[in-house]
Amino acid sequence: MRMKQVYIAGLGVLAASAIAVYAAPSGGTISGKVTYQGTPAKAKPIDMSKEPSCAKQHATPVTTETVVTGPNNSLENVVVYVSAGAPDESAPSEAVKFDQKGCQYIPHVLAFQVNQTLEIANDDQTSHNIHPLPRINREWNKSQPPGTPPMTDKYDKPEFIPVKCNIHPWMHGNFAVMKNSHYAVTQGEGSFTLPNLPPGKYTITAWHESYGDQTQEVTISGSETKSVNFVFKAKPY
Amino acid sequence: MRATKTVKWMFIATAALLALASLASAQESEAHLGKLTGHASAGKQLYYRFCWGCHGFRGDGNGENAPYLNPTPRNFVQATFKCRSTVTGTLPTDEDLYNSIGRGFNTTNMPSWISLSNQQRVDLVAFIKTLSPRWKNDKPGVPITVRPEPKLTVESIKHGQELFQKLECWKCHGQEGYGDGPSAATLTDSNDQPIRPYNFSVGSRFKCGATNQDLYTIFITGLDGTPMPSFADVVKPEDAWDLVHFLRTLQVTHKSPELTLWESTKEGAQEVASKKIYGTPTGSGIKQ
Repeated sequence: MRMKQVYIAGLGVLAASAIAVYAAPSGGTISGKVTYQGTPAKAKPIDMSKEPSCAKQHATPVTTETVVTGPNNSLENVVVYVSAGAPDESAPSEAVKFDQKGCQYIPHVLAFQVNQTLEIANDDQTSHNIHPLPRINREWNKSQPPGTPPMTDKYDKPEFIPVKCNIHPWMHGNFAVMKNSHYAVTQGEGSFTLPNLPPGKYTITAWHESYGDQTQEVTISGSETKSVNFVFKAKPY
Repeated sequence: MRATKTVKWMFIATAALLALASLASAQESEAHLGKLTGHASAGKQLYYRFCWGCHGFRGDGNGENAPYLNPTPRNFVQATFKCRSTVTGTLPTDEDLYNSIGRGFNTTNMPSWISLSNQQRVDLVAFIKTLSPRWKNDKPGVPITVRPEPKLTVESIKHGQELFQKLECWKCHGQEGYGDGPSAATLTDSNDQPIRPYNFSVGSRFKCGATNQDLYTIFITGLDGTPMPSFADVVKPEDAWDLVHFLRTLQVTHKSPELTLWESTKEGAQEVASKKIYGTPTGSGIKQ
């Protein structure tokens, strides 16, 4: 009798987990907006006169991208991701592209997954050296003269990695190496969406290169959409 | 009766000790170089006698003397090494580390440790490898193959000069190799410490050795942790050798076969004569 009860209970658990797995693709969604409070540092114009081939690509001088703001105090280039609660995932097969154009990194913040192929291209008429500065992953530094084919690389540990070009000291970028596919980088409106989250308790982290990171706990049940907003305190320097 | 019991206990204790010792040695880091095998336990003694004053108790480069040194002592916990025969982003081989200890680093405070025996230097390599977890997780990279050096010709030097322009070496090292290029003042190493590009005019010894082969290896593998990138994927071996020949003509204060050949041409003689010479010239060919 006792055995039978255990058996039935076990079956129930199995069935429940099977349903949970099945329901995964159409799970809940977390969306929201990232904004700032206070006065952020003003973006400074970059002097590219030492690199004429880049300077002439920009009609007006480009500005620094350490803090990029949008309308209504929205904050761009913030990586919002599930830092805990979701299982690690294997990398998708498609490559992410990181471009060097007009002596700038496009995009400024590039998020991709662990072991995902990263393709770095040089569209400029000048040599660049790509020098990511990781602390956990291995550090390398490669030269890429104009006209050379894109180089590929992978990172095997999650980390936020600053990237720079030593030849052009104004060039700064960031790699965000993620352990799962639940991440987003905020654009002009500062909004983000993390879809397809199975029910569960998640820790959502928002990371900004100048203002650090913030976390919030969110519980998703069913296929609901939960709103999560992040507010960073802007520093005027 | 009592005596036999004591002997028995002693036997058991010795056996246990031996077992422990073999267990420890099985886990101990080792370094190999030819017939020599380095042991971390021996290297540890040497490290805490000769090295930790600069490189620090934990090997993190924060020794007592570190604040007074520039460039800062190597951080063995980070395990990023300049002088490697392996591709950029990989760990150096035991031989690379062994050579670095014996050679010392020109233009830095790291002396040449030829006063230590070969065995002692290999022991030190074995101990240095215990200071970072990277040595447990990663394997050293595959050494690059250095093609034999082609014959030195004027064409080779001229082609090297073109490459110096094309690859934009001058952006940091300067048009005449004085280390005064337009980006030179902004350079920092991976720890945000200011760092100078090499001044080719002052001498013949580079950070990672003095031979043409060493120069070739520096150029191809890059110096990890510094702004000097690797050119392995973008330059053909014969082009790299041409560049090496040209770089040797920049060392106007230290006579090299390349410089002698370059000065024997009209164009080269003019160029060398127009250069400012800083410091005391060395070598046989220059009148003082």
